[in-house]
Amino acid sequence: MSVIVLVEHTGGIIKKQSFEAVQYAAQIAPKMGTTVTAVALGSVTEAEMENLGQYGAQKVLHVADGRLDELHSRAYASALIAAAQKENSKVVVALHDIRGRAVAPRIAVKLKAGLVAGALSYPDTEKGFVIKKAVFSGKAFAYVNILSDVKVIMLMPNTFPPQKQEGKAVVEQLDVSFSEKDFSVKVKSVNKVTGEVPLADAELVVSGGRGLKGPENWGILEDLAKELGAATACSRPVADSHWRPHHEHVGQTGGTVRPNLYIAVGISGAIQHLAGVNGSKTIVVINKDPEAPFFKAANYGVVGDALEVLPRLTAAVKKFKEHHQ
Amino acid sequence: MKILVCISQVPDTSTKIVLKNNNTSVNSDGVTYVINPYDEWYALIRAIELKESGIATEIHLITVGKADVEPVIRKALALGGDEAIRIDAESNDPYETAHYIAEYAAGVGYDLILCGKESIDYNNGTTGAMLAELLDLDYIGFATGISIEANAAAVNREIEGGEETDACNLPLVISCQKGVAEARIPNMRGIMAARTRPLKVITPSGITAVTEILSYELPPAKAGIKLVSPDDMDELVQLLHTEAKVI
Ligand SMILES: Cc1cc2nc3c(=O)[nH]c(=O)nc-3n(C[C@H](O)[C@H](O)[C@H](O)COP(=O)(O)OP(=O)(O)OC[C@H]3O[C@@H](n4cnc5c(N)ncnc54)[C@H](O)[C@@H]3O)c2cc1C
Ligand SMILES: Nc1ncnc2c1ncn2[C@@H]1O[C@H](COP(=O)(O)O)[C@@H](O)[C@H]1O
Repeated sequence: MSVIVLVEHTGGIIKKQSFEAVQYAAQIAPKMGTTVTAVALGSVTEAEMENLGQYGAQKVLHVADGRLDELHSRAYASALIAAAQKENSKVVVALHDIRGRAVAPRIAVKLKAGLVAGALSYPDTEKGFVIKKAVFSGKAFAYVNILSDVKVIMLMPNTFPPQKQEGKAVVEQLDVSFSEKDFSVKVKSVNKVTGEVPLADAELVVSGGRGLKGPENWGILEDLAKELGAATACSRPVADSHWRPHHEHVGQTGGTVRPNLYIAVGISGAIQHLAGVNGSKTIVVINKDPEAPFFKAANYGVVGDALEVLPRLTAAVKKFKEHHQ
Repeated sequence: MKILVCISQVPDTSTKIVLKNNNTSVNSDGVTYVINPYDEWYALIRAIELKESGIATEIHLITVGKADVEPVIRKALALGGDEAIRIDAESNDPYETAHYIAEYAAGVGYDLILCGKESIDYNNGTTGAMLAELLDLDYIGFATGISIEANAAAVNREIEGGEETDACNLPLVISCQKGVAEARIPNMRGIMAARTRPLKVITPSGITAVTEILSYELPPAKAGIKLVSPDDMDELVQLLHTEAKVI
């Protein structure tokens, strides 16, 4: 009857957000009188999988087929369905991220299950199975009740930070008979932006807007990002003007980020920009115009010229780090 | 090659959300509706480009909604497309939307189904993959580039920290985002021509709802901003460390 969780890994290293998903499931399972079974796909070491016990998984079902190291939405769904059947699961948990969004909807259809995409709360089982999620790009929240017998939850990453405890999961191999069709999408080439922090997963983000005047001024923004270990982002006009690569554009029509800290430099704070960043826990705005709308959405504000403030902030962070080593 | 583009109607991006009926619904008074940006700027425009370059022969647009969504699907048709279909149903969630679209699409047999990365109203981003599952098709999400050659697609898609290129035979469902197409502005000729293009209304078979929204909530107002002097970045760092606890 267990709650099953899709575990993601990169090159065999389990994603931190998957620990979060396992921990989330471990909060739900006891309420339903059951336990958590994680499902790991592809080449992951025994030790890595056993560690899922530290976040509350009793058991890990491992489908060792190496082809699963790449995302194949059909194959992933087949594996998860096999696991769900074996465990007679009523709840499936995945992440609201690229892989989760390709796989969980397939599972929901196969299991005729209601799905909540981007869950921000544990299910409230008093009035049914009610989960909070953001709607209208963070301008409101909705409380969604899942009516079906089987439930699929896609957890919004970075909502319940994982906390390690004692524990060791039991790893079992699961054999799944895949069809050729399960692998019909072929990966031809992969282009990883290495050495940088991936934006969607970043806990700290430094973002620049048109207020930085031109690409030649991005060095001082990157200096701050490097000092903080942060990812860099930008507003849409900045990407449209090719000052920065397109994947850095956040907002309504770009990426969505939910870091612990979002530092917006020379960005006016248009509603379409806020839509991509308003899930950030803490927002710092640096803008020379005290009337800039972004200040209304910020926790901390600095009214000043970015070109002067940025180097000062970088120096302050550096000094702080030296004292806290 | 026949393309189906899924079009959803959403409140204009600058809409202020107001709740009503004891927070059980969203007030639509005075709200301007537009084509979901991902559907318009990326999915639809790429379909039009594929037709202009002679690769696609026919583009159909589909939307699930009651009569009030017609102005938006007409606007989409003005951008391009040979025919529009409205599935006459109020949909609760992507599960229902995907079932309705799949029911229609299965009968036609499209080579390529394009949808947006997500609708900016309910931010699910799950309709496309559900549709693929219902139609037993392959699915590539978060596409940033699509090219078609003979019976196969080469699709660039976002991965964590980068991009990859996938190859897949048609038929295929793709969810589109930035990068898939070049921005363009509709011309008046297209708008006039669209009036004569057909808009079919289809009554779907029923489906049992699997979710319901019980209520809505607006985010709490920010507790008030703390201003820090531009000359004292040490203070900002201290606040981020001791108060916000983010560094
Ligand atoms: C349908 C639609 C979708 C959109 N989607 C997005 C989206 O996804 N993402 C997005 O970002 N935008 C989006 N936009 C655009 C959005 O409306 C704004 O136009 C855009 O966010 C503005 O970018 P900006 O803040 O960098 O530039 P500006 O609005 O030009 O603001 C620049 C800011 O920098 C400040 N500044 C100037 N000089 C300095 C200095 N020396 N030091 C410090 N501050 C300085 C100014 O006071 C100003 O506040 C969308 C628009 C539409 C209509
Ligand atoms: N009511 C609808 N009618 C037609 N297509 C839709 C509808 N809702 C969503 N879609 C399509 O599915 C995509 C993802 O939407 P969603 O899963 O709702 O976030 C959208 O970008 C549209 O292409």
